Amino acid sequence: MSEKKAEAAPAGSSARRITIQPVTRIEGHARIGITLDDNGEVADARVHIMSMRGFEKFIEGRAAEEVPGIVTRICGICPWQHHLASNKAVDGCFGAEVPLAGRLLRELTQVLAHISDKVLHFFFLSGPDFLTDSPDVSTRSIMGIIQSNPELAESIVRARYRGQLMLERFAGRSIHPEAIVPGGFSKPMGRRERDEMIANAQEQLQFAKFALDFAKERIFSKFDAALMGLGEITTGFLGMVSPKDCSLTFSDGILRLMRPDGSFHEFSSREYTDFIGEHVEPWSYAKFPYARGWGDGFSMDLADPRGIYRTNCLARLNVADSIPSPLAQAELLEFRSLFGRPAQSTMLYHWARLIELLYACERVLQLLEDPEIIGQPVRNDVIPRAGRGVGCVEAPRGTLIHDYSTDENGCITRANLIVGTTHNLAPINMSVNSAARSLIHAGRVNEEVLNRLEMAVRAYDP
Amino acid sequence: MPLRLASESLSGCSGCEIALLNTGVGLLRLLKSIKIVHMPILMDNKYFQGNDAEAELEIPEAEIGLLSGAVRNEEQLRIAEKMRQRCGSIVAFGTCASYGGIPALANLFEDADLFRRYYRTAEATDAAGNPAEVVPPFLERTFALDEVIRVDVFLPGCPPHPDGIAHLLDTLASGKKPDPELQSVCDSCPTRREGKGSVQRIRRFIRNARFQPDKPPADMRCLLEQGFLCMGPVTLAGCSGRSGGMPRCIEARVPCKGCYGPVRPGGNQLFDILNALASNGIDTKNLPDRLAVLRYSGAHRRLVRTVNKPA
Repeated sequence: MSEKKAEAAPAGSSARRITIQPVTRIEGHARIGITLDDNGEVADARVHIMSMRGFEKFIEGRAAEEVPGIVTRICGICPWQHHLASNKAVDGCFGAEVPLAGRLLRELTQVLAHISDKVLHFFFLSGPDFLTDSPDVSTRSIMGIIQSNPELAESIVRARYRGQLMLERFAGRSIHPEAIVPGGFSKPMGRRERDEMIANAQEQLQFAKFALDFAKERIFSKFDAALMGLGEITTGFLGMVSPKDCSLTFSDGILRLMRPDGSFHEFSSREYTDFIGEHVEPWSYAKFPYARGWGDGFSMDLADPRGIYRTNCLARLNVADSIPSPLAQAELLEFRSLFGRPAQSTMLYHWARLIELLYACERVLQLLEDPEIIGQPVRNDVIPRAGRGVGCVEAPRGTLIHDYSTDENGCITRANLIVGTTHNLAPINMSVNSAARSLIHAGRVNEEVLNRLEMAVRAYDP
Repeated sequence: MPLRLASESLSGCSGCEIALLNTGVGLLRLLKSIKIVHMPILMDNKYFQGNDAEAELEIPEAEIGLLSGAVRNEEQLRIAEKMRQRCGSIVAFGTCASYGGIPALANLFEDADLFRRYYRTAEATDAAGNPAEVVPPFLERTFALDEVIRVDVFLPGCPPHPDGIAHLLDTLASGKKPDPELQSVCDSCPTRREGKGSVQRIRRFIRNARFQPDKPPADMRCLLEQGFLCMGPVTLAGCSGRSGGMPRCIEARVPCKGCYGPVRPGGNQLFDILNALASNGIDTKNLPDRLAVLRYSGAHRRLVRTVNKPA
């Protein structure tokens, strides 16, 4: 198997299709479809999302306070972000105010969940592209890393495990939580729980520092022109910033929509429909959000893109003026001095992800060191009523919006969701298209080329 | 010779696969007795030889086949059938595969309504027709796995606790028969029960449970006795793991939502809980949305489309 397969025969006289399915080492079900023209050049390349479940419809009729425990199942990798966005939407419907300790615990669990996600993505999903040399599918995986570098593998696995236990011991569940509730949080944090968590958070911070140093030395240093250009496109960016100083934040803030030239609009999540539209293509179940606010419509044409912006870590680092924690801020300054602002290279998502990992670890410690976090109350009672609420957070994959309306009994009458990954679907299509056009000529493809196309997808952590 | 394992995720969220990774160092140990030969979230096996979607969908042979997620569309059905052909034992991995799980809530609605909402009337969406190129058509409803293929082992849980996953894989790897959980969540719950009579009606979880924050859950009164709809009596145990933990939701001081499905495979969580409450004289009129009690086990025709649901 490790012997590479002979290159596929060049296309004959007729057009040919190449299908990569499943797109692997991502969450979810996607297919890459490439159409070659008569000369074997790329005529078109698309990323199809092959399934949908319909949460927008089937949460209709549910008691709103139950919904934050249902929408978690949209994603087993980022359930905490759906959980919080949903609770914020229900808070809005019910007119609930959240006490300070409740807000701090909500942010804490949120940021902890970001840590686990980033470790998972960087090392388990994308890591094998950079850390294993073999094109053999049986070793280009975390299992391959476990074999070739057991010490590294063990520290990665332990960091993830520690992150999971931190959430589980305090909040019950690390996957599909129930601990955030409309009006606040389900339980306060005890002094002992806090102290134990600080000790673990310090270990996570050590791991984050190690991860970034390791990646700079072993991975980012090898980002040559070919990799830096892989799936490169020029787009705008969307992300949340703190209303105080426009610094990076994951759980509360205003949205900043940046154009490719770096100029931007700011808006509150309640105004999202003025700025974001969703386009439907007949060949993918997922919709394609775009910047309706720019007034140019929607197009994924590489020569003339319209309305295209990106989200997730690279977008957040591009839109934020600073990072409110010292180690990550130093990294951001270095990153900006190397790549400018906004940075556009798709592969830089990986670098940005590890800077965010560092921020998340520092932020967890900041939150735990705030004496209010062990305060009470953590929840205000809520009263079901008719209303509307828009809850917004930064999920690992991007700005996440839950928009609900309730009837007088507090049951959902209407729901609209814009999920993090979907913002990046148009950019992912464009990145794959751009990569395919530069790598496939005269009908020749091999496994390495096909994996490069998937690397253009994986960078986005879809 | 390590056992080969193939894993696929159908209509689900990948939470089960993440729970498998959450076995932590247990994962490193498991990988000594189990060789993963197919698992899209972790490795690069593809379905189509020659990258030709017209070719037959292929999955490598394995002794164990883990299938998570419900079955919603034609492609997922094909994958399930191929897994059945290729794998010695099929494990319905998680609650969606076992009972339909949250995706089976869609069985309450017509697909046409779902599509109309999603592609034509959602705020911010530029109305368009339903996607129909390349994407696989929906089946007539959302199915649990055993409605479409034969299943050998059920491992419910949303997601299953990592301890339970590791235990099952260890059991299979050592050639033993699986020993499924038989108890209810209440059997693994430490909260204090004082007896009947004190609760008249069920109330919504719009305020927190009563408990002493600095005391363990063993000092907290049973949440059902506090008047909350706790699904513990009619839900399969397992979420507390295998090392003396407690039910996960109780750790968070919230009622059990029933995510492991019924205690016995044929059970109906809605009938069972309503019967249990009625026999204790507890009024459930305050429950605003009874059908949602079946949110984890709505396949097997338990949740069906309601025409213009009653007010």
